Amino acid sequence: MATRARTEKATHPVGDSVPRIDAEEKVNGSALFADDFQFGPGMLYARIKRSAYPHALIKRVDTSKARALPGVKAVVTGDDTPGFIGLYLQDRHIFCRDRARYVGDPIAGVAAINEEIAEQAVDLIEVEYEPLPGVFDPEYGASPEAPLLHPELSKYEVVNFIFPEPDSNISNHFRIRKGDVEAAWAQCAAIVERKYRIPHVQHVPIEPHVAVAKVEESGKVTLWASSQSPFAQRNLIAKALGKSQSDIQVVAPFVGGGFGSKAGVSMEALAVVIAMKVKGRPVKLRLTREEEFFTTFVRQGVVTHFKMGCDKDGRLIAMENKFFWDGGAYTEYGVNMTRAAGYSSSGPYFVPNIKTDSYCVYTNHPVSGPMRGFGMPEMHAGLEQCIDELAYAIAMDPVQFRKINCIKTGETLVTGMTMHPTGLSECLTKAAEAIAWGRKDPPSAPNKRRGKGIALMWKAPAMPPNAGSSAKVDLNEDGTVTVSVGGQDIGQGTFTVAAQMAAAALGVPMDWVRVNTPLNTDYSPYEWQTVASRLTWSMGNAVVAAARDARQQILEMVAKAWDEDPEYLDIIDGKVISYKSEESISLKNIVVYGMSLPNDQGWIGGPVLGRGNFMPTYVTGLDPETGQGPRAVVHYTTGAQAVEVEVDMDTGKVEVLRGVAAFDVGKAINPDMVRAQMEGGFVQGISTALFEGLQLKEGFLQNSSFVDYRIATSSDAPLAIHTIIVEVPQDDGPWGARGIGEHAMVPTIPAIANAIYDAIGIRVGSPPFSSERVFLVMQDAGLVD
Amino acid sequence: MTIHQITLTINGGYEQVDVPANMTLLQMLRDKLSLTGTKNGCNAGECGACTVLLDGEPINSCMILAVECAGADIVTVEGLAHDGVLDPVQQTIIEHGAVQCGFCTPGILISARGLLDRNPNPSEDEIREALVGNLCRCTGYLRIIDAVKDAASRQQALLT
Repeated sequence: MATRARTEKATHPVGDSVPRIDAEEKVNGSALFADDFQFGPGMLYARIKRSAYPHALIKRVDTSKARALPGVKAVVTGDDTPGFIGLYLQDRHIFCRDRARYVGDPIAGVAAINEEIAEQAVDLIEVEYEPLPGVFDPEYGASPEAPLLHPELSKYEVVNFIFPEPDSNISNHFRIRKGDVEAAWAQCAAIVERKYRIPHVQHVPIEPHVAVAKVEESGKVTLWASSQSPFAQRNLIAKALGKSQSDIQVVAPFVGGGFGSKAGVSMEALAVVIAMKVKGRPVKLRLTREEEFFTTFVRQGVVTHFKMGCDKDGRLIAMENKFFWDGGAYTEYGVNMTRAAGYSSSGPYFVPNIKTDSYCVYTNHPVSGPMRGFGMPEMHAGLEQCIDELAYAIAMDPVQFRKINCIKTGETLVTGMTMHPTGLSECLTKAAEAIAWGRKDPPSAPNKRRGKGIALMWKAPAMPPNAGSSAKVDLNEDGTVTVSVGGQDIGQGTFTVAAQMAAAALGVPMDWVRVNTPLNTDYSPYEWQTVASRLTWSMGNAVVAAARDARQQILEMVAKAWDEDPEYLDIIDGKVISYKSEESISLKNIVVYGMSLPNDQGWIGGPVLGRGNFMPTYVTGLDPETGQGPRAVVHYTTGAQAVEVEVDMDTGKVEVLRGVAAFDVGKAINPDMVRAQMEGGFVQGISTALFEGLQLKEGFLQNSSFVDYRIATSSDAPLAIHTIIVEVPQDDGPWGARGIGEHAMVPTIPAIANAIYDAIGIRVGSPPFSSERVFLVMQDAGLVD
Repeated sequence: MTIHQITLTINGGYEQVDVPANMTLLQMLRDKLSLTGTKNGCNAGECGACTVLLDGEPINSCMILAVECAGADIVTVEGLAHDGVLDPVQQTIIEHGAVQCGFCTPGILISARGLLDRNPNPSEDEIREALVGNLCRCTGYLRIIDAVKDAASRQQALLT
């Protein structure tokens, strides 16, 4: 039996921290990214003419001088792109037509034989603008006084769970009405009311966006792109150009960081439209780092208003929230973030009375799109500071306050949905313990003050109710396994997880499994998008289904050949074994060629090809007036972070000394990679808490380089991050797994803000908590001279 | 544009390349020699993804012209492994799970190799300092720092 146990372990890598399957090619320089593909001397280079105004009518675009420049092969404008494009709300043209809505809005595109000529051509394009008054603040934008940025809003095509308000700049209004908030305030022993302004930040993948498009004479389009969403890109571009999805092939190699910026469609369609003018020639559009900061997606800015109250025993009684999301010029993707923030607006707490209004507001800022956390870091930033304040207001320890109120299994959520089994309380307890909550350590120097802070989080995958996944498992002659998926490895390690799951579900050693790359929509099975931290769960289910399908085919074949019942057969370590007859046969040679029947009576089997898919079928709609419904989301991943910080009283510099992260991931398929997500997300969270923010003045970005927009470096990472994995299984997750990628940075801003309060007794409120700001806040409070 | 013919050593091999006067070392490596392991993250010397060793020193290859490298000895990520054996820092980066998207990894590996060549036993602060010009958005750096420490001790063990 001992031997058997070891064998099972070897063939069951789920739960083992196997090394990434793509690690070696990523350290030896051979891993191919979109910019690494070689297209030969015929390739053209594209550049984009962008709006010089945040809001203007486009009166005239004169491209004649650009067209006349030797070396220029194509020039396109909005005249070439009459169709609309957008994920949830089709509110944009690929090249803008009559109106530009942000500085950087694409007005024309050029393809030339080299980048220099393309640049020159762009400079030769003359645009006549009629500048219009702009909207640079979402609260103003939502007011009746604001100029309308999308007068046609009510005519745009929109999915049935997004609610634009006609003749306004509000492209989605999500409401929660639960209990009686007005009556509840009277029962409160303490009430906290606060406002926060969370700035736009940029994803800052180290790999800038790259897209190469080639259009055949037949009209067939191939797009090579650094992409989290090859299928969504195929779909949206096809619709915008009036093509069939099957006429567009998206090839997506390794992605050098996505964080949401390479989801949906941002710049990829520009390359396709230009390439349509120069059939047969690949056209490469590669964004500069400067363009990267404001012409793809940025994270939404938001102004959040919270009012919350609790009784004398520390029970949350009521919340009233208003979120004004700065959605930027186009909110085709961003509208769903404002919905997600609405249906999760209680934070991870049980709140019997709650009223929320979450508005997505058009502004003349860069296009706000999905970013790691999808609205949750921005919402939690203020919410978790208010929770802290409320605890202190009734003289209760913030950890104790959170223990009382945090959401527990079976409780009714803000939407009316019932909470599934969750380990949030365990995350909180363990995080508090690991940071030595309540113990005050002396600062490292006399001019420093030290403090600890904690924050909770929750987040559900935000997506259409029926976002689907599929997978394929091919067996090769030697018994090895090729897994095909449509979900992308953007660094989170999803290919490794897919291989682990396939190996475990099929019964083969981990090193027998390969994952097909690059993704190619002509050959890869469908996947909605690599977003929402949904792949381990959703794509994982598809991979398991495909592997089980293949396994079943093999077992049935062998059972027939051996004249046995498949029920007595198993696949262990790449061999089919019978528990009854104790026969055994390697997968080698039988999974493609089949097996011969006894006495040369012919053959059975054939090439084994497993298929699997998964789509949640149980998510219901929510009442547009109250936000109530039986099942708003598929599930919530919950967790806690705690930090210890030091504030330098001379400079205002905040240093995060150490961090603790505890998340309930259901089941860690690869614990080490789960920890890696928790650490990387933590540091990205620290970066957004301390350093980051797009500085926009009347729509013009002031800090579009790494010199002016600082992100965390190796010297900013804490000395240590302690990670804690909690595993309360998800009923429909593979082995109980839920996602973790995005969640890892959701509670970081408020955890740090709460620690700063603990250190210096001042609430710093809105991020970033830069040295300058913290120093000025301390000065205002009379804490320093 | 004037074309210059330069000769230099790349990853131990002798190369003769025709380069326009305005071509950067990064462009030469990627476009002329198909050494695409060296990445272009900002083209402004700010992100470190294009770091290569020039005569043993880590430099941003986007900030130096190819013609300036005539006669130089260049090492890129493709040149770190020898005869299929990974450099210790490549090995430890894998073992510590310090790779995620992998785009900054080549530059990180080169900076780490440069550090270990000039300082075989660096302190944690020295490692952080050496990597401060290599931006990574995925990992949070801690695993990378641990991997470099580990590589240093393995290298020491090999030498003693």
